[in-house]
Amino acid sequence: MTQFSTDSQRRTDVCVLGGGIVGLAVALGLQRNGLSVTILDEGDIALRASRGNFGLVWVQGKGDTLPEYAAISRLSAKLWANHALRLKEATGIDIQLQQRGGLFLCLSEQELSQRHAMLTRMQKTAAGDYPFKTLDLQQLREFIPEAGPEVAGATWGPEDGHLNPLFYLRAMTEQFLQRGGTIDNSGKVSKIEPTDSGFTLSSDSGQWHGDQIVLAAGLGNRDLAPHVGLSAPLVPNRGQVLICERVKPFLNYPTGHVRQTNEGTLQLGDSKEDVGFDSGTTSDIIAKIAHRASQMFPLLRDVRLIRAWGALRVMTPDGYPLYEASQQYPGAYLVTCHSGVTLGALHEGPIADWIANDRTELPLEVFNAKRFTL
Amino acid sequence: MPNALPFKRLPTNKAEWVTVYIEGQPVKVRQGDSAAAAVLAAGLQPSRTTVVSGSGRAPYCLMGVCFECLLQIDGVENVQGCMTPAREGMQIMSQKQARQLNNSKPSDLKPTDLKNSHIKNEDTAV
Amino acid sequence: MNTPEYDLVIIGAGPAGMSAATTASSHGLKVAILDEQAAPGGQIYRSISSPAIANESILGADYYHGRTLLSAMRYAKVDYFPSSSVWTVSPELLISFSKAGKSSQIKAKKLLIATGAQERPVPFLGWTLPGVMSCGAAQILLKSSGLIPSGPLVLAGSGPLLLLIAAQLNRAGVEIEAILDTTPKGRYLKSLRHLPAALRNLPLLLKGVGLLIELKRAGVRYINNAAQLKALPDDTGLLTKLQFKTGEATDTFNCKTLLVHQGVVPNVQLTRALQLEHQWDELQQCWKPTLDSWGESSQAGIFVAGDSSGIAGARAAEYMGELTARRIAQQLDKLSQETLLLKTAKTGRLLQQQQAIRPFLDALYQPADEFLKPSDETLVCRCEEVTAGQIRSMVAQGCTGPNQTKAFSRAGMGPCQGRLCGLTVAQIIANERQVTVSEVGYYQIRTPIKPLTIGELADLAE
Ligand SMILES: Cc1cc2nc3c(=O)[nH]c(=O)nc-3n(C[C@H](O)[C@H](O)[C@H](O)COP(=O)(O)OP(=O)(O)OC[C@H]3O[C@@H](n4cnc5c(N)ncnc54)[C@H](O)[C@@H]3O)c2cc1C
Ligand code: FES
Repeated sequence: MTQFSTDSQRRTDVCVLGGGIVGLAVALGLQRNGLSVTILDEGDIALRASRGNFGLVWVQGKGDTLPEYAAISRLSAKLWANHALRLKEATGIDIQLQQRGGLFLCLSEQELSQRHAMLTRMQKTAAGDYPFKTLDLQQLREFIPEAGPEVAGATWGPEDGHLNPLFYLRAMTEQFLQRGGTIDNSGKVSKIEPTDSGFTLSSDSGQWHGDQIVLAAGLGNRDLAPHVGLSAPLVPNRGQVLICERVKPFLNYPTGHVRQTNEGTLQLGDSKEDVGFDSGTTSDIIAKIAHRASQMFPLLRDVRLIRAWGALRVMTPDGYPLYEASQQYPGAYLVTCHSGVTLGALHEGPIADWIANDRTELPLEVFNAKRFTL
Repeated sequence: MPNALPFKRLPTNKAEWVTVYIEGQPVKVRQGDSAAAAVLAAGLQPSRTTVVSGSGRAPYCLMGVCFECLLQIDGVENVQGCMTPAREGMQIMSQKQARQLNNSKPSDLKPTDLKNSHIKNEDTAV
Repeated sequence: MNTPEYDLVIIGAGPAGMSAATTASSHGLKVAILDEQAAPGGQIYRSISSPAIANESILGADYYHGRTLLSAMRYAKVDYFPSSSVWTVSPELLISFSKAGKSSQIKAKKLLIATGAQERPVPFLGWTLPGVMSCGAAQILLKSSGLIPSGPLVLAGSGPLLLLIAAQLNRAGVEIEAILDTTPKGRYLKSLRHLPAALRNLPLLLKGVGLLIELKRAGVRYINNAAQLKALPDDTGLLTKLQFKTGEATDTFNCKTLLVHQGVVPNVQLTRALQLEHQWDELQQCWKPTLDSWGESSQAGIFVAGDSSGIAGARAAEYMGELTARRIAQQLDKLSQETLLLKTAKTGRLLQQQQAIRPFLDALYQPADEFLKPSDETLVCRCEEVTAGQIRSMVAQGCTGPNQTKAFSRAGMGPCQGRLCGLTVAQIIANERQVTVSEVGYYQIRTPIKPLTIGELADLAE
């Protein structure tokens, strides 16, 4: 991909390690700040949460125990329309962002009242500024008649939405290249050396030099962070996603477990199961997902499953993101999170600005890794 | 409606013959024929249109590989015709683009449009 | 619910699977054999338990040889599951399959994958038009239904099966407008160095020549060096003409049916989904699982035999099935190492004789470049309608492999799960990047390898 020879050291203002949705969004934001950016990424097959995710821009219930997380998630959701619009203007790719609200269906009264209580708590913490509604089955059916008899009800978040994650990845890649960025697809980084003028990176394809670096390598950050005096105690967390045949639209809103894409494909998720670096699927888990989805929407029983995959979530012990600048080696930043789609607009916006200008108004202190050692 | 030239049949060994309905028209086929073979024997081409551009297709491999033989069989859409044996009385229709799950259009209603009577957190501003 | 457990589960009841089942049960193994077809036989012996055509001379003696395998399996003690599509196998050898809209599971001590071959995708302009079919499809219609394609009929492609099917149709009295042989000039010369080895299987070699003579005698037009195929539609969108070139000259035939063929390739869906090790076969231009000499894969306990282990034909498949079954019996302590060697010596020699002809055939019938790396406007992914040009432009954007182009374009995401585009997409990427196909790799194949309904899957959770 790169025009330079592999032996000479290649230079750039910022090297972003990782070309998934997090790395690309940050890279775009850095370019917007006038910086030259190179993305180093792995080849065709790698552990990629960006390609395996569910495409939700999801706010409701996020940050239950950390109000700052609730706040940045909602901020990102607000910035999303503009982010999507600019991608479309630059590349012509419509990433199919829809933010008309989202539903979380519950299969028991107990689950529903727990959820109601949680959201009410969050509303209190946010001094009332936290919109949601709790619906019983009858109300839910008024606008989703397909909801099954075993559904107890649902919670509704007006700020929730979804998009096509693969189009998102593609649009960002195109805009990044248009702006003169370089992606090294055989650039798996094995070593980072801080130098007087920045950082030297050793990758499969040779050496790179960046004045600044951003670690956005998902689970790969765990090994990379210690090279620059940071720590990223990440644990892989497998989510399994089921993809069904395309059907004509029947579901206008994403739900936490079932969504329909613009092309008509139905996606069913998701499970929280801790596994190692294995992106396979297990028939008992996908059977459970199918079972739950067909309780929620009995008409899904008839729909054919085309493929299922496991993708590894990038999880910190508490599930919240890591945003941290290295104290020991200024110029090195760590950006990693589980909900890269939801936080995409934040990454392209305020997070990239923070890295470009070394200051921010965001309450980022709460997101550094010291919280795990205290 | 069957429109293309039908595939002809050679003299065959004795077997039962069954009547299937292709786009409503009765057609006699041999026990052991697949639904895809029945469609070819009746001359129904294309037997499906694609989800992406709506272009016409017909059975291509007859061994379960290509999924070009998707048909609507006995009311169920997207059935792989070449893997489905023909049965007496079977209703076979061409598959038109994406499958339809229900007859209603997805609603654009939001909870905010509902009468608020049952909503638990009525005080919430949305 | 108790999951039934078998010593050996075989997936695929073609020659490899049937002979393995019979052999394994003769050693006292508890055997199950599953096949998605309604009757045993695999692709070559399709419908052998009740052949459709009355006149047996049309398909020829090779087809009816299947009866021997069939009756042997009938007398053996084997649990045969027809109409059963295996959709996933866990690493612990729990096999999930779908039958009549319901899924069940069985457990295996050893697994034999004998899922056979599929025809190689043959992308060219217009290959998606109604009226264009694979040669194999026409043969299946003959075997199971006695149906013959509507004319005018043209056959185009390369490989022994093309000639066989042409001869069978001709014997059935079908009028063939022409056979277009797309084998590139010069292939005959290139394959000559493999000829001496091929002579070890003289009967098969002569059979091929015999078919050619048979077709020439029947007066079928045979056109060599045909290239740049283009199928053209009438105003209702059905095939009406085939345009092609020989040398500089462009020619067309009227046709209502066009049968195409470029050889067969192993069906790797299951072996890929199980993440077994695979290797690229340069001569056959396809992927095959890496196996030891007994057919055992990179994962102990999982064996592959027949065409899904590499293309070698029906007789070879039969021999491989037998050898593998004996090896499995030996691993399960049903016979000693010495008896194994003794019992397999003769079949081993027969197998080698069958395999001896392959390098010659493979070199001769390697598909022409235009089918491996089609022109920009040609659709490569039929399901999601992605062209070769779109794949090329994604490579220009930095995509290095088929999984990236899949994510960007949906090529490979449709219902066929990449079966009809996987090889082509990888070839195009390799060619654009000027690297080997082996470096480019293949799709990550996902469960389920055959679609099943959500309801069926959900019922497994109860
Ligand atoms: C269309 C076609 C036509 C051919 N015609 C001829 C011919 O006329 N003469 C000739 O000499 N050779 C022919 N060949 C080649 C010949 O079929 C093979 O050499 C031979 O059949 C290989 O035997 P096998 O047992 O390995 O596979 P097959 O005979 O292909 O048997 C494999 C079986 O596995 C089953 N199967 C696959 N996946 C699954 C699954 N997931 N679950 C359950 N079952 C599954 C299939 O239904 C099939 O019955 C043909 C090949 C093809 C593809
Ligand atoms: S015709 Fe190819 S799958 Fe049925």
